[in-house]
Amino acid sequence: MRAFTYERAKDASAAARAVTANPAAKFIAGGTNLLDLMKIEVETPTHLVDVQDLGFDKIEATREGGLRIGALVTNTNLAAEERVRRDYGVLTRAIVAGASGQLRNKASTAGNLLQRTRCPYFYDTNMACNKRKPGSGCAAIGGYSRQLGVIGVSDSCIATFPGDMAVAMRVLDAVVETVDATGQRRSIPIADFHRLWGDKPEQDTVLKQGELITAVTLPKPLGGKHFYEKVRDRASYAYALVSVAAVIQPDGTGRVAFGGVAPRPWRVEAADALLPRGAAAVTARAFQGATPTKDNAFKLPLATRALASVLAEAKA
Amino acid sequence: MPETSELELSRRGVLTAGAATAALVAAPVSAAPMAIAPSPPTPAMQVRFKVNGERRELSLDPRTTLLDALREHLHLTGTKKGCDHGQCGACTVMVDGVRINSCLSLAVMHEGDEITTIEGLGTPDKLHPMQAAFVKHDGYQCGYCTPGQICSAVAVLDEIKRGVPSHVQGDLTAKPTATNVEMRERMSGNICRCGAYSNIAEAMAEVAGAKA
Repeated sequence: MRAFTYERAKDASAAARAVTANPAAKFIAGGTNLLDLMKIEVETPTHLVDVQDLGFDKIEATREGGLRIGALVTNTNLAAEERVRRDYGVLTRAIVAGASGQLRNKASTAGNLLQRTRCPYFYDTNMACNKRKPGSGCAAIGGYSRQLGVIGVSDSCIATFPGDMAVAMRVLDAVVETVDATGQRRSIPIADFHRLWGDKPEQDTVLKQGELITAVTLPKPLGGKHFYEKVRDRASYAYALVSVAAVIQPDGTGRVAFGGVAPRPWRVEAADALLPRGAAAVTARAFQGATPTKDNAFKLPLATRALASVLAEAKA
Repeated sequence: MPETSELELSRRGVLTAGAATAALVAAPVSAAPMAIAPSPPTPAMQVRFKVNGERRELSLDPRTTLLDALREHLHLTGTKKGCDHGQCGACTVMVDGVRINSCLSLAVMHEGDEITTIEGLGTPDKLHPMQAAFVKHDGYQCGYCTPGQICSAVAVLDEIKRGVPSHVQGDLTAKPTATNVEMRERMSGNICRCGAYSNIAEAMAEVAGAKA
């Protein structure tokens, strides 16, 4: 691990100012992803600003009938919250499908959104990686790409966003709330939060340096049946090859987003409208323009089958 | 800080000498392009927390993980370093009542926290019920993952009792129960390369049953 200095911030604007002032500074909350990457020197911050005392650890009802989830609420506490289990089951299901009990106890809501890709070439500092070292090339293209992206990827990067929680939040139309060093607040729809790589794969999200996530809000509950179907190489504690987050209404309409396939949770609203026509119609639309590799082309039929399984269960 | 034993010193000396030799031999191959300037020294930071009920104060490089603070500075070597990346669970300890991977947490982030390690659960004379059940059911072979397994197992039964949901739960609004499937899912962050899983699950079932 490279050397760094450490401070424990007392308020949000001071934290944002400290990270804005130093381009090599980072916020740290749970630290489960950041420290992992610092140990292998994929991340090399020179200063860490610990945000654990900022008080963003509550889940509150909003005036609109939804929920406001503090950025520091742990994955375990968010999944276990009674209103989430009852009204936003897809979110609880997605969270408990990810990581391990130990990691969920430490990982924060904001940190989960900001976790970095698990592309093996991003992790290996001997390999070319445009995301880790802009302009160095992409060893994943033409390399071992079984786990990597099939849509929304670019000529410079084919990594995926690896998380589960955000896929459910995409189905729920969550909004990410932030504050910056000047006290300016922003509400970013989750649909716009994670970037498509384009020619700047080093930027995972639309956040500016020093912009701090304070909360994630959920609109009022959708009703319907909630599903998170995750297909992976092990029964537990493994990243998704493909995952399906869905809320299906009694009349067969609903919403669906896919994980493990793209730089962001992948949802195409025009495909949602095809849910009453079955899984194949939905995925044909949602994955229109997909550019899979030979290694990961299996993800396309797998997405259709995973969704078909969800729709069959919704009818049962 | 307690004094380092002679044995440890000499072992470290050998390791350092070995590394230096290897570096010399490797130098012509891996020379200039891979060279990274050494990090400038970082001032040590003070941290105070409670470990197994006892107040401890340490002066640490900010890079020190909670795991290394426990093992290398407090000499509580029951907690093990397996992968050092949160994948194996050998480093599992409880912080303020919940289990975490101590390898993925900085010690300086635990100011004021209460930490429980395997040494705080029971003693050789007075085993924690989970420790006794692991012995009875042969829940280990080499034993390296065992402290992490036991800390995790104790925490898992508490999580089930507190109603923390899991991936294998059918009805999310129902209270989970300590079934074999539940315990296996919740223990997936603890790897045992000897494969003692079925006996670990039996040990946990006995403790869960005794509690119920």
